[in-house]
Amino acid sequence: MPGVKDQKIRLATVWLSGCSGCHMSFLDMDEHLLELQKLVHLVFSPLADHKCFPEGVDVVLVEGAVANTEHLALAQTLRRRSRVVVALGDCAVTGNVPALRNRLDSEGLLQAVYADGERLPGLDPRREVPQLLSSVLPLHRVIPVDVFLPGCPPAPRSIQAAVGALIQGESFVLPESMRRFG
Amino acid sequence: MAAVTLTLNNELISAREGQTLLEVIRDHGVDLPTLCHLDGLSERGACRLCMVEVEGTSRLLAACVTPVQEGMNIRTDSDRLLRYRKMLVELLLAERSHVCSVCTMNGKCELQALAVRLGIDHVRYEALHPALPVDASHGRFVLDHNRCILCGRCLRACDEVEGAHTLDVMGRGVRSRIIVDFNQPWGSSFTCTGCGKCVQVCPTGAMVARENIAGRVEKRPDFLLRILDGRQKRVWRW
Repeated sequence: MPGVKDQKIRLATVWLSGCSGCHMSFLDMDEHLLELQKLVHLVFSPLADHKCFPEGVDVVLVEGAVANTEHLALAQTLRRRSRVVVALGDCAVTGNVPALRNRLDSEGLLQAVYADGERLPGLDPRREVPQLLSSVLPLHRVIPVDVFLPGCPPAPRSIQAAVGALIQGESFVLPESMRRFG
Repeated sequence: MAAVTLTLNNELISAREGQTLLEVIRDHGVDLPTLCHLDGLSERGACRLCMVEVEGTSRLLAACVTPVQEGMNIRTDSDRLLRYRKMLVELLLAERSHVCSVCTMNGKCELQALAVRLGIDHVRYEALHPALPVDASHGRFVLDHNRCILCGRCLRACDEVEGAHTLDVMGRGVRSRIIVDFNQPWGSSFTCTGCGKCVQVCPTGAMVARENIAGRVEKRPDFLLRILDGRQKRVWRW
């Protein structure tokens, strides 16, 4: 019924600098998604069409490293508006592949990708794309993170175990059998 | 050889004089983590993961390079040691570019396995991301400095078992680096016999065989003991 608050958990998922593989792994929970759907509202996600990160989020899964100014702003917003922040996958946990560019000059990169060679007509890389941070950072270097789920990607059962515990309001630490970088 | 008695985690045990603490501790079923130690090679005390508390000194001692002594009282599992071990591995992960997802040793790496075992789910320290080269000049092997933890297993195997001493270490501290001969491309070395022992004993993806670069790495560091037992004890295990 509109306007009546129900007991469903408000879940969000965010995609920063990553390949979306962690979201694919989330979807790989298969039939468990149907059970999850009974317990949560998906209030923000690349899997749905939401324009801004809402207030009052219970659990947010963040895939990807923090690579540009847009990621940084979104990370700060989601931290303010969420109770539990989960770093989902190696990019969010360590920087992983996106952080391989940290040895390179970020200005030069933006130039090489958006300005040199074949240009998109009318695109000014200094104004129309978010500016790159000088270093790609793991999420916990930018905001406090409550739960870490390493893995490239984390296995569906790891995500399922974490989300299952967190939406019950329990704390969660990945057990050794599920812990793995890469 | 004379026997000595000592206390290990509140249990009275005996050992042979001349043994290292690491040998004794492992003989008694305590699986102390190590990275630079490898059965068959001399000890180096490089990784510090086998550090233990010994009553009477506030310093932590690396078990691999500490000889047993009568009456020692040793702890291997205090909160302080667990904290430091975790810290050491996190620092190793932060020092160079250990990106497991694009490493040929992913799933077979001793550093990766140790991180899991020590409960590391993220690294608290800022990653240095140094711009280190990859030496792919050798016809069969590749040396990726980005994955190297400077355990020195490669150069000990090269020196002590193969007898070539092609590999060594150059520089100090965070600038230390494995070098070939006089810091030259591996492919130009006249001393390297191409035996590949260094590759087999490397615990990470720093040294790999070319044919393994696309994955399916299977390193066999235990081959060292097979060679050495045959050579020294005339015991051959086929």
